[in-house]
Amino acid sequence: MAFESLSEKLSNVFRKLSGKGKLSESDVTQAMKEVKMALLEADVNFKVVKQFVNTVSQRAVGSDVMNGLNPAQQVIKIVNEEMIRLMGPATTELSFAQGGDITVIMMCGLQGSGKTTTAAKLAAKLTLKGKRPLLAALDVYRPGAIRQLQVNGEKAGVPVFTLEGSKDPCEIAKEAVSYAEKSNRNVVLLDTAGRLQIDEDMMRELQEIRRTVDVTQSLLVVDAMTGQEAVNVAKTFDEKVGIDGVILSKMDGDTRGGAALSVKAVTGKPILFVGMGEKMADLEQFHPDRMASRILGMGDVLTLIEKAQEVQTEEDEKKNKEMTDRLKKGRFDFNDYLDTMKQMRKLGGMSSILSMMPGLGISKDELEGAVDEKKLARIEAIVLSMTPAERANPKLLTPQRKFRIARGSGNDIADVNRFLKQFRQMQEMVKKMPGLTGRKRHGNPFGGMSGFQGFGRRGGFPF
Amino acid sequence: MAEEKEKKKGFFARLREGLSRTRDGVISGMDRLFSGTAQIDGDFYEELEEIMITGDIGVSATDEIMTKLKKQVREQHIKDPAQCRELLIQNIREQMHVGEDAYDFEKGPSVVLIIGVNGVGKTTSVAKLASIYKADGRKVLIAAADTFRAAAKDQLEVWCQRAGVDMISGAEGADPGSVVYDAVTAAKARHTDVLLIDTAGRLHNKKNLMQELAKLDRIISREYPDCKRENLLVLDAATGQNALSQAREFSDVAKLTGVVLTKMDGTSKGGIAIAVQSELGIPVKYIGVGEQLDDLQRFDPDAYVAALFDTSDEEC
Repeated sequence: MAFESLSEKLSNVFRKLSGKGKLSESDVTQAMKEVKMALLEADVNFKVVKQFVNTVSQRAVGSDVMNGLNPAQQVIKIVNEEMIRLMGPATTELSFAQGGDITVIMMCGLQGSGKTTTAAKLAAKLTLKGKRPLLAALDVYRPGAIRQLQVNGEKAGVPVFTLEGSKDPCEIAKEAVSYAEKSNRNVVLLDTAGRLQIDEDMMRELQEIRRTVDVTQSLLVVDAMTGQEAVNVAKTFDEKVGIDGVILSKMDGDTRGGAALSVKAVTGKPILFVGMGEKMADLEQFHPDRMASRILGMGDVLTLIEKAQEVQTEEDEKKNKEMTDRLKKGRFDFNDYLDTMKQMRKLGGMSSILSMMPGLGISKDELEGAVDEKKLARIEAIVLSMTPAERANPKLLTPQRKFRIARGSGNDIADVNRFLKQFRQMQEMVKKMPGLTGRKRHGNPFGGMSGFQGFGRRGGFPF
Repeated sequence: MAEEKEKKKGFFARLREGLSRTRDGVISGMDRLFSGTAQIDGDFYEELEEIMITGDIGVSATDEIMTKLKKQVREQHIKDPAQCRELLIQNIREQMHVGEDAYDFEKGPSVVLIIGVNGVGKTTSVAKLASIYKADGRKVLIAAADTFRAAAKDQLEVWCQRAGVDMISGAEGADPGSVVYDAVTAAKARHTDVLLIDTAGRLHNKKNLMQELAKLDRIISREYPDCKRENLLVLDAATGQNALSQAREFSDVAKLTGVVLTKMDGTSKGGIAIAVQSELGIPVKYIGVGEQLDDLQRFDPDAYVAALFDTSDEEC
């Protein structure tokens, strides 16, 4: 979790507070000092921290907390509320051009902030939402930039527009839009070159692009690891070019991402998305409230559920229904296993799923070690080495067949046996499930997740 | 682009120009503080602290610097803020000092592993380092071990042509270990002075990628035990406190010997490098101020601090 160190620190502060019945003014001052340090170490902009701490103290020293039964909880509530207020307050959606017009989205930012990768991820996301995006390569400076976009575009399943030999980003932008018109694409994503906000010539180029084509949304990509300067970068880009929103990239690192808190507070521009990994599905909608919960260590189940819904295609749903029907009868075969694994991968892999579970108290570090995606791939190889008949009927597996499967999948016979044992345990669990979870029937194999939500509520605060 | 006019300026001038923008933020604040304050008191220290934190030097490193400064002021009975400023400059300069033998590896035979998170400028730094060594008459070889990022090899190839250096590479998606192995073998066979290895950007909290890096480090040690080893962490000057975590984690799997501080031509002046030096003892060895091949140079703490604290009018 991105903010885990910050939430650790805050909970330490409040653990000290919660030991007392009532809060004195000096208690609050002490707590706020630590909140301030934690926020500074999280790279939240100095001015924002100052303001934030003042607001929180003012509210905290107020009578409701001083006379409250559980002052620590109230302080956390105030911190939480103020954080949401700073980062949000509400979730902001990307806006599109009205009517049949083509939406043009311009991506800009410093060198290495992750524009090209983010552009492709955004294109993939828009495709899922039923749009027909076109990526346009406007970075004519960095060697390999255009090829990078082409490769990423291919991964995202989105066409990439390039203008061979042209060194003029305005011309490329214009041609890209008219190409989009001709080829029935309704969103054009302009991937511009990375630039310093103080490079006048390069900033003018962005202004010219804006003048040449009708840019619907201009988005600034900001590296979540940026320090105190994040605010100046965002401010200057906004003043010179005009930005409509911010995308925070590389949030899957262990950065505490103070930039998220600062950028909105200082520029007034909303954060639209957060980049959470290298896979195409790893671009998430930014939810200020959820982010604040995350800062305070309450997990992020809502995001996970949404992600699960997003990657569900109609075909998946049909399959799910079939599977659920079979599960109801207590049947679970290797085909079901394969389907489940496939769906998990769509969600960005096991560790990505687990990291979003609240209250599990597992750090991302431990996760990566605990869930070996490679091992899962080996297990999948075992299943794939079975004949269709064997997959549908696990009972068919005789020692000879197992031996063949081991050889076919490049595993040891012991590995196959171990997996089969686990699989039988899984079957047992499945058989018990309909009785256990009789109240609600979810169409997807993650229906069991609803159980985790309650867990999250329970495990939310450390006191 | 601004390339042409940039080219004409000297490196020091550009560093100064870049740093002058920091000065507008951090140092001009300091100067205002040092000249405007009549006495050294609590408010003075508090404001000084604030200025350093705003410069990404970080809470702990700032604390350390401040504690030392306060002690010196007390012991030497310093009353004048200007004198206090001199002390601070001297302290930072001493702290950022690079050891005498820091660049011995450049003479070769050596293997330099370039490490860092995504988007800090590793590939560009590799090319620039190659051109430094080549200008010194060294025989240089580059290994493109970033087999993950789309078109990373293409980018490096263009740079290699510009620098006139040979490159060893593998297919996209190939095992970077095999590229490193091939490159080390080639470096030995060709009697290369410096082998520069460009690695894929990786976040330091990804276990699998860190293990991959450990493996690359092991391959070099095993295949070329008698070469000089250098593991350089590339840091974007705009990076905040997360750089400490990066340096710590990377050093755990491949012991870091230095930092390459890039993108010093922006407004961030890499105060974080002072924190990394102060908390982990990893020195800055190279510093980059622009996009041209000769825009990366050996780190000179005297020039850096002089430029950082220079109060004379800017002509460039």
